[in-house]
Amino acid sequence: MVKRDGSTKDSGMGNIRNAELAVSEDPSELLRELVAHLRQNRTQLREEWVGRISETRLLTAMTKDEIFKEATSVYDSYVEALETETFEALQAYARNLSERIIPRGVETHEVVGIVLLLRDVLARSLFAKYQTDFKKLNRILDAYEPAANRIANTVAVGFVQERERVIRQQQEAIRELSTPVLQVRERLLILPIIGVIDPQRARQLTEQLLRGIRTNRAKVVVIDITGVAAMDVTVANHLVQTVEASRLLGATVIVTGLSPEIAQTLVTIGVDLGKMNTVGDLQGGIEQAERLLGYKVMAVAEPR
Amino acid sequence: MEVPILKQGEVLIATFQAALSDADLENLRRGLLQQVVRFRSRGVIVDVTAMDVMDSFASRTLREIAHMIRLRGAETVIVGIQPEVAFAMVQLGMTLEGVATALDLEEGLAYLTEKFKSID
Repeated sequence: MVKRDGSTKDSGMGNIRNAELAVSEDPSELLRELVAHLRQNRTQLREEWVGRISETRLLTAMTKDEIFKEATSVYDSYVEALETETFEALQAYARNLSERIIPRGVETHEVVGIVLLLRDVLARSLFAKYQTDFKKLNRILDAYEPAANRIANTVAVGFVQERERVIRQQQEAIRELSTPVLQVRERLLILPIIGVIDPQRARQLTEQLLRGIRTNRAKVVVIDITGVAAMDVTVANHLVQTVEASRLLGATVIVTGLSPEIAQTLVTIGVDLGKMNTVGDLQGGIEQAERLLGYKVMAVAEPR
Repeated sequence: MEVPILKQGEVLIATFQAALSDADLENLRRGLLQQVVRFRSRGVIVDVTAMDVMDSFASRTLREIAHMIRLRGAETVIVGIQPEVAFAMVQLGMTLEGVATALDLEEGLAYLTEKFKSID
């Protein structure tokens, strides 16, 4: 121990200065150097990056000019994030970018892909620059890698979050315009169902219908499923249950608009539709409902 | 809790006031059958508006009441089933098959009046 202590002291100024240098080159110092390098070679690196993007056929939904423009802003935000080590601005930018490109059909793998490409392009430029000084390269990479990975992470998460937000918003919208219960005559409701029925929507639909029967004092309900493309066992059984529940409330249900395909499926899977009152189309359904309610509709004059 | 049975013309009306025990339901069944005979009623309305739960025993008893009363030559209507109760019943397979149902007391009376007219 003693001997080694002595030897460090004896080994002269050079060693000590080296050690000091290493200490003064803390990660932020290195990052600053790195950022300066990236700023200096901005045009060239950006070109290379854009080249790699089109090479790997990412972002095919966007034109070359657009890619270049976005690449420029991504590059600048990237460097800025490296410099300031704060990710809020980048996060906001990523969200904004996602908002713009999601409607154009850009996929998650593309966004992650381009950010990773940028990371690789920059890393390579660092290899090229410091290839003579391996130790320095190591330290630079030590500083660069965590920051770069965090940036990639931030952008990817930002993109996915934005996507999820859009999906949630759309689900909400679908849910809201999902199932209107309409009164067409005194004591006659119609429930036009359009689109795919999943279990959750089916439950909501039933709830709305039963509540509608109560509040409108309906006696006949016409459920029109012209707009339903397909139906599975669960949904079909749910429909049967809805019909029975409506009957318990004293309302008769008429189902209209069963497409030939659905009719075939229902018969094949053997859903018991015996209790169901079905009529070909909505018009026929409403006419039958009027008969049940004792209405008689007739023309009082020639149509004009 | 005992279920009061009211007589209104040719119709008997039994209104549930709260959740009933099995014994109460048995009493109701006995009471309704006796009174249908005694008053020579042609119709019975069982109003379950106040029930927010319907178990299998209650629903089976209601069905039995309706079928027994039919054997006595009278018609039964169950009225006032709550939407949530209705769906729960259907999911549990208690669909009150062969029993007339109506939205509320008024509807039930209208249904019976119509029925009597068609028989007369």
